[in-house]
Amino acid sequence: MEQKENIIELRHITKTFEDGFHAVSDFNLEVKRGEFVTFLGPSGCGKTTTLRMIAGFDIPTEGEILLNGKPITKLPPNKRPINTVFQRYALFPHMNIFENIAFGLKQKKVPDHVIEKKVKKVLELVDLEGFEKRRVSTLSGGQQQRVAIARAVVNEPEILLLDEPLGALDLKMRKEMQLELKAMHKELGITFIYVTHDQEEALTMSDKIVVMSEGKTQQIGTPEDIYNEPKNAFVADFIGESNIFNGIMTGRLKARFCGGEFACVDDVEEGTHITAVVRPEDVILTAPEDGTIRGVVTSVIFKGMHYEIAVESGKNEMVVQSVKAAKPGELVGMKVDPDNIHIMIAEDHTNIFAVEINKSHRLEYNGTVLDTSLTKIIRGSRRSEDGTLLDAAGEEIDPRRIRVIAAIGPGDIKLTDHQDEGLVQGYISNLIYKGDHYSYVIHTDMGQDFVVNDEYLWNMDDQVGLIMPVEKMTFSVKR
Amino acid sequence: MGKLSFSRKSLGIPYALFLALFVVAPLVVLLYYGFTNGQGQFTLANLTGFFTNPNTLGTLCYSFAVSVTTTGACLLLAYPTAYILAKSKIRAKSVVLMIFIMPMWINFSLRITALKEILTLIEGNLAFYPFANAVIGMTYDFLPFMILPIYNTLVKLDESLLEAARDLGANETEAFFKVTLPLSVPGIVSGVAMVFLPAMTNYVVLDMLYNSTYIMGSLIGSYFAAYNWHGGSMIALILLAIICLFTLFTKGMEEENNPRGGALL
Repeated sequence: MEQKENIIELRHITKTFEDGFHAVSDFNLEVKRGEFVTFLGPSGCGKTTTLRMIAGFDIPTEGEILLNGKPITKLPPNKRPINTVFQRYALFPHMNIFENIAFGLKQKKVPDHVIEKKVKKVLELVDLEGFEKRRVSTLSGGQQQRVAIARAVVNEPEILLLDEPLGALDLKMRKEMQLELKAMHKELGITFIYVTHDQEEALTMSDKIVVMSEGKTQQIGTPEDIYNEPKNAFVADFIGESNIFNGIMTGRLKARFCGGEFACVDDVEEGTHITAVVRPEDVILTAPEDGTIRGVVTSVIFKGMHYEIAVESGKNEMVVQSVKAAKPGELVGMKVDPDNIHIMIAEDHTNIFAVEINKSHRLEYNGTVLDTSLTKIIRGSRRSEDGTLLDAAGEEIDPRRIRVIAAIGPGDIKLTDHQDEGLVQGYISNLIYKGDHYSYVIHTDMGQDFVVNDEYLWNMDDQVGLIMPVEKMTFSVKR
Repeated sequence: MGKLSFSRKSLGIPYALFLALFVVAPLVVLLYYGFTNGQGQFTLANLTGFFTNPNTLGTLCYSFAVSVTTTGACLLLAYPTAYILAKSKIRAKSVVLMIFIMPMWINFSLRITALKEILTLIEGNLAFYPFANAVIGMTYDFLPFMILPIYNTLVKLDESLLEAARDLGANETEAFFKVTLPLSVPGIVSGVAMVFLPAMTNYVVLDMLYNSTYIMGSLIGSYFAAYNWHGGSMIALILLAIICLFTLFTKGMEEENNPRGGALL
């Protein structure tokens, strides 16, 4: 493939809103001419803000945007050769379809007969021949969507920005439009920058995906890269379903996680703490004696193409997709092809674990209530008089629909002989001397492995309690 | 079921009675007097009389001029006010809006009397500028009726439409004239209807500001005061016809510009 020049570059873009909210921080991206790039991430991750900065509706607090090598950071939107397809179409209700599409061309003082020709052509492109005189309000959602695309494309922009353009359409329509947009991209050769929270949409359409979370880039790569080689636990979790485990390398091409020792293909130094990702479709169910690990089937859900089977192995849970059914309570073996185990080096060794929201809407781990305020963790939420949690809109928050993830650094956990003092108990399953301290892996009764740095020497298999101060924990919310 | 539909129908009786007594009956009386002479015989003399008498025609034109000027003045004052109010990011928008509405709660004749004193102070004698005084008085009185409907259409305006216009190459001024202004036409039309029609027939404001001779409302009053019920009724009918035409016209405009429904408060 030939090397093409960058059409747009974003350098160290940061956007902080007036209320102090960091929508985007230090965002870097290069887009090549003719590429189909997708910004993918959960709502509030900064993807729309980034798009708005490219369009010119928002000005970055810091950083630079270059178009064809020239800075356009502060150029108003009408001066940029960039057009946008808006989330809710934003068609002009006081104009008919022709006038809507011709708006940009008229603005550029294109002669009338050329406008007529171009509008006719673009209406053919979006399959709406003969709709010129119709009013916007007489069109269905799908048709309005097509007009919105036509209105942007007719200006022959260098870059077409699409802000969740298919979000308001039903599933079948969406699938159709995905393919049509992809075909249109090929036909027009315009650079597309697409924003979505739908990972399947991103994987289907894009040449390049930018996975974003909390205003930061998590990974940039082709759909295959992102799916097969997720760079971190967030990407793995967000793109498709994943089983994610903390673990440690126990030898050359050998990793220990989920209570078993697996062969893998990533050559990581022995003793390194890792995060292992296994896709549910990559787990092979075997007879109990043939598996690398064994477990008991806890639930089986029929999903049409396959069964989704949850297996409990020790205190770990593995989700498996299989074409064969299993029975709850059945003992099964599980193995994974070495090629399908994705090993990521857990660089900072931060321990990440899920905490529960109990019935009285307080955070709980291992049966102990954590002394912290949930309303501070869930942005914009508050408590009603009777103690239930309300979100910013005043709706009651269903604790079953959100997951709270806690993180604590290995240096913030203390080990103790008095197990009852610990928030959780376990035994030392691994230890490494790191010069000035020991790094321990504690296999806890909760099934989770914790990494703890401690200056004192403990022995393998010592039973210990883990003292984890709440004030050292950071929390994040997943919906 | 039969019983229910009976009771439902009977619920309409008071309303029909009201309509018959206070709308239909006066209209019939008006029509009767308008098209009869003193002897109770059918005649078109009142109608032709109105259009041949330079006095009545002059008053109609004068009234019209006052109404148009008042409406124009209201629009010029109200649109920027409503626009700034709708676009501002202040939280207490409704409080600021209330400041414009509040004069409506104060007794009407008190307001006009106060205005009269101020105008006298400035002009020396109110009789010097009868036209200007009529316009000032009515603009002051009717301004909130223009601000409210325009404000209502402007706050409901989808911000992304403006962004779309900017995105398609319009600068801020062009975006205003091509998107904001056309989309606020329903509000302008309601505002104009709510100012122009009352201004056409208003009588008290003008009377209090010493300018009662030339206005339609006072003209009708003077006919009835002189016991010429037939002539007075005819003028009232002509005014009614003008108002009907105007309403039909603005209704059409409103539907044209806002197919999803009117913007009248």
